[in-house]
Amino acid sequence: MFAGVLLTILLPVLFAALTSSHWGSMSPHERADRHPLDIALAGVNVSQLAIAVLGVLVITGEYSTGMIRASFTAVPKRLPVLWAKTAVFAVVAFLLMLPPVLIAFFASQAILSRHHILQISFSHSGVARSVIGGAVYLMLVGIFALGIGAIVRNTAGAIATFAGIFFVIPPLMNILPSNWNHAVSKYLPSEAGRQLFSLTHDANSLSLGAGARLFVGYCALTIAVAAFLLVRRDT
Amino acid sequence: MAEGLTKYYGEQRAVDDLSFTVQPGLVTGFLGPNGSGKSTTMRLILELDAPTAGDVTLNGKHYRDHTAPLHEVGALLEARSVHTGRSAYNHLLALAHTHGIGRRRVDELIDLVGLHDVARKRAGKFSLGMGQRLGIAAALLGDPSTIMLDEPVNGLDPEGILWVRHLLRGLAAEGRTVFVSSHLMSEMSLTADHLIVIGRGRKIADMSTEEFIRQASGGLVLVRTPQAAELRKALLSGPDVTVTAAGPGLFEVRGLTAVQIGEAAAANQLVLHELTPQQASLEEAFMTLTRDDVEFKAADLESEEAVCERGPPRLSRSRGSRIPAGLRSCGWLAPNGRSCAHCVRRFGRCSRAFC
Repeated sequence: MFAGVLLTILLPVLFAALTSSHWGSMSPHERADRHPLDIALAGVNVSQLAIAVLGVLVITGEYSTGMIRASFTAVPKRLPVLWAKTAVFAVVAFLLMLPPVLIAFFASQAILSRHHILQISFSHSGVARSVIGGAVYLMLVGIFALGIGAIVRNTAGAIATFAGIFFVIPPLMNILPSNWNHAVSKYLPSEAGRQLFSLTHDANSLSLGAGARLFVGYCALTIAVAAFLLVRRDT
Repeated sequence: MAEGLTKYYGEQRAVDDLSFTVQPGLVTGFLGPNGSGKSTTMRLILELDAPTAGDVTLNGKHYRDHTAPLHEVGALLEARSVHTGRSAYNHLLALAHTHGIGRRRVDELIDLVGLHDVARKRAGKFSLGMGQRLGIAAALLGDPSTIMLDEPVNGLDPEGILWVRHLLRGLAAEGRTVFVSSHLMSEMSLTADHLIVIGRGRKIADMSTEEFIRQASGGLVLVRTPQAAELRKALLSGPDVTVTAAGPGLFEVRGLTAVQIGEAAAANQLVLHELTPQQASLEEAFMTLTRDDVEFKAADLESEEAVCERGPPRLSRSRGSRIPAGLRSCGWLAPNGRSCAHCVRRFGRCSRAFC
């Protein structure tokens, strides 16, 4: 987890430094392709795995140790256990990830400003929203993973499932004919969620509102399935 | 408490139409061989698993419907239920928080179960015995009116076993309902007032411990007299009485109580040197019950005498082994599933061929 936080900060710093040092040798086209927010939020891609593992462990840790029996004996209605875990985890995840994304943004901007390139103001329209959206995205990823953990009940299985949905399925979409790919990809959880920390939304992606709603919907659905199974299944 | 409780795990039948009530103020022993459904029954009571059929209630309500379940029932399950990374103290504190129980109670229990020195250590590093102590502490946390413990003495040292025994008796004396499972019959005979015995998920016996031992030992009385022939004559006048010679001047009498034998001897002016009602150990009584009543049916009763006379083709223990003091037989099993104890009870001797 610590590594996740660290990478969230270090990766943008590294990218900012690299971009700065290579700026002179970059073609105008390549320069136009660089966006300061992409650099600032590069770490989100890494830390989403860390936060997902944490989310999975919140539940599967109880199953692997047998603590779940003690928990369900103390709270036989079971659902409060899930709600409490989700709520506590959501708050912790957000508070944990907000400082790194903020630091990453200002640190990468500071490095870029020395070369007077790719400057963007935090007060610029949508920038604050995107940076904080990065932390919100990470929190939601964690909740999604927590739901998967509660459904699968096994650490390795849950992490594999999460990785499958977030890291394996999206690149597979590129094999599809591109019009299919464009039609389907934007509805994947990772793509829908990405809109939370993207400044621009093109034709092949959902709008901020739609993407956010869909991703929250995915999370809600996962937690709902988890809740249903939690009450029904033997422990 | 439980009515027609049945649980299948897939095709596997774990508990079969089990009905029983556990009384407050008594220690009720829940006995059965491994895999007989004891732990499953306890999981069903706590609604960790849902029964396939039947119903189980605690103090008139389903466990799930109690607003503060830890105040109603304290349970220790066989499998460890502790987050391994948490200290004993924090484990209890976390459970306490779910019911608004204070730190003082947690400290109290840590001291009660003797974990004071290791309370801040990770529970995952605990030995089996320490884990059991922590589990017992968790069970007592809410000061519950019902205490349910699954194999509480597993992994405890002799001092710990004694401690659990006193603890359980003390809790029952306070008027609480104490329900303890075990496969250690001897331990239960010292702790339990009442026994519920199950085998293969079915109830075999539900009676007081004394009654259980008395029934299983079949009312055997050992009599030593110098006037063997006269006594034999005097006793055999009654119906259903069997007298078996067990040595010079020594008989085993079945069908009469020690009182009746003593009075018969007095009436006939016969001298008795010994008159001892024989109690089968709970271990034997249990083996007889579970073996005879569950696994074997009346069909193979006929060949049984032959087996006991001849001895089984192969023995699991060498011949002539000494019979432990206080036991009527050596307790080893014949390959046909009959216990030596069974033959002793049925035919009045521990056949040398058998043991």
